[in-house]
Amino acid sequence: MSLLEIKNAHLKLDNKEILKGVSLSVNKGEVHAIMGPNGSGKSTLSYMLAGREGYELETGEILLEGNPLNEMSADERARSGLFLAFQYPVELPGVGGMSFLREAVNSRRKFLGEEEFDHLGFVKEARKEASKMFVKDEMLKRAVNVGFSGGEKKRFEILQMAMLKPKVSILDETDSGLDVDALKIVSEGVNAQRNKENAIVVITHYQRLLDYIVPDFVHILSDGAIIKSGGPELALEVEKNGYAGLINAA
Amino acid sequence: MVATQETIDKVKEVSQSYKYGFVTNLEAEKAPLGLNEDIVKFISKKKKEPNWLLEWRLKAYKKWLTMKQPKWAMVDFPEINFQDIYFYSAPKTKPKLNSLDEVDPELLKTYEKLGIPIKEQEMLAGVAVDYVFDSVSVATTFREKLEKEGIIFCPISEAVHYYPELVKKYIGSVIPVGDNYYAALNSAVFTDGSFVYIPKGVRCPMELSTYFRINEQNSGQFERTLIIAEDDSYVSYLEGCTAPQRDENQLHAAVVELIAMDNAEIKYSTVQNWYPGDKDGKGGIYNFVTKRGNCLGKRSKISWTQVETGSAITWKYPSCVLRGDESVGEFYSVAVANNAQQADTGTKMIHIGKNTKSTIISKGISAGKAQNTYRGQVQIQKSASGSRNFTQCDSLLIGDKCGAHTVPYINQFTPSARVEHEATTSKISEDQLFYCLQRGLDTEQATSLIVNGFCKEVMKELPMEFAVEAQKLIGISLEGSVG
Repeated sequence: MSLLEIKNAHLKLDNKEILKGVSLSVNKGEVHAIMGPNGSGKSTLSYMLAGREGYELETGEILLEGNPLNEMSADERARSGLFLAFQYPVELPGVGGMSFLREAVNSRRKFLGEEEFDHLGFVKEARKEASKMFVKDEMLKRAVNVGFSGGEKKRFEILQMAMLKPKVSILDETDSGLDVDALKIVSEGVNAQRNKENAIVVITHYQRLLDYIVPDFVHILSDGAIIKSGGPELALEVEKNGYAGLINAA
Repeated sequence: MVATQETIDKVKEVSQSYKYGFVTNLEAEKAPLGLNEDIVKFISKKKKEPNWLLEWRLKAYKKWLTMKQPKWAMVDFPEINFQDIYFYSAPKTKPKLNSLDEVDPELLKTYEKLGIPIKEQEMLAGVAVDYVFDSVSVATTFREKLEKEGIIFCPISEAVHYYPELVKKYIGSVIPVGDNYYAALNSAVFTDGSFVYIPKGVRCPMELSTYFRINEQNSGQFERTLIIAEDDSYVSYLEGCTAPQRDENQLHAAVVELIAMDNAEIKYSTVQNWYPGDKDGKGGIYNFVTKRGNCLGKRSKISWTQVETGSAITWKYPSCVLRGDESVGEFYSVAVANNAQQADTGTKMIHIGKNTKSTIISKGISAGKAQNTYRGQVQIQKSASGSRNFTQCDSLLIGDKCGAHTVPYINQFTPSARVEHEATTSKISEDQLFYCLQRGLDTEQATSLIVNGFCKEVMKELPMEFAVEAQKLIGISLEGSVG
């Protein structure tokens, strides 16, 4: 049984078909990259998987560990172990980073039947993970994403991933707006999460990120459907010939 | 057959007592319906008040008769019939239930969410419990501690007897009898309230809470509170209760007067959750309160912090009169209006002394079909040179059927003062909600988190225990408003 399965997903937005039959199988321990030009449906795919309102499937199925995700609300999917690292993380004025993290982690733990963290216990755990991501204490005291630079926002997303320990993580253009140093830190953070039990789906335009987070499989998404799949060398092909070349050949 | 003399006498006796029934029969638990001079006298006599106070009440009553119910606020309610209200009922007439099983399950659910222990739940819901031992022992140790410092904290009805000079000197000095319609009414018929006196140089060692007033069993319909802080003193006073309080009386018109002398500070915090009525607002409580602080002394400071989530209608403007040079007035408020609630609340900062400073931070949250109005007045008199005011009023709208209104009045009569006013209006964005949902929080948790973030600047002014309860309360009062 695959960890994440997308079966022939069709989705419309404002009456326009965006996903035109996407199918994907992601197994435990795998890292898949989804690449594609602007407008190919990458963000739509990630919102659809995460269960955002308005992004329901017309037809098709999505399964997490065999369980139908279609019937679960966004928060239920999250508690079941689905994580989305946002491309543009939104600001939450007045909501302290540490409290936010704790609430998120505790709701996952509650779902799993594990003991929830109390305030002090959590702070210890958070600081440990935060230092790995070069997230300073001071940043956790600030309101979530308020006044954060692009790099800080992405680092905070990956910190959340590290603390939530999801089964399937979808990284939506995590590299956008990052300089090389930030890219390295974020990639190291992601790679540290890779293990035999989970899976990661990396959505990106550029091959560069995939130098650091080396995928097992690469898929090209164009006009709402996956037109080609291959190994990491497929990404290099995109780099060389651009999307147009691949799309024409398909 | 001719009636015996005994019968004739008996009949005479009975008919006489019908004529003046309620005056002679002081054992009555309730005054008859309505308000007139005799009722005022009845209340005063029941409380065994000295004559000067009765005269004061009568003056207020006569003034009230000349006034009209004010209609300028953005709140809508059927005209109150004052002849249809009981203006006095002795404590202990509150209907007692036998157990929590008889209490409205909705109420119990709220108590549980607020984490209130069972014994306290029983007390709040009006279940007949034998808690006398507990409250007496707690109140006793508490009072002893205060007495050692010379601090007076007792019901105002007691203060009238034991400290008449103090009461006489200050009552009505901040809010005169004719100040407004409801203050006049309160002055005539006030039942009880807190009296606090902090002597010179004393810093009150603990937060004074209405919970500790022994008489606090009956929710006062017309509460009257008077707090006096002498030179160089400090007190923090907590009013209210996060647990929803039902009351058979619909109108609550309290009066709170605060007086701060040189270098004194009074911190007054309120968490109010009166019953808001059903989804259509029926049966809810009207909270029409007059609260004012007199910063009499130099460098005196009075701060009002309020979290208002209940009542069908909230109509109040806790204010500060900044007389002493360099005195400071602060107002921090979160007002939540959901379903059919209405709120017209704000503050008045009157700058009279030089270099006085005021800060106003108001957070209004509207949901359902509620209407929430911030009404503020910043008055800088000619004498108040070098004064400063900073006002920030933010509104958060949840859903598309509610309303938020801002009515600021700024009157500045000296060019050397500085007044700043900022206002924002926002909605809880779908992006923000989705972000929280994607982290495993359900809609209610997410809303509560975002709303509390919105209110943070105000919440951090509340004493800690109150702040934790208030946060939970805000979350509960907005249940069902999103999604």
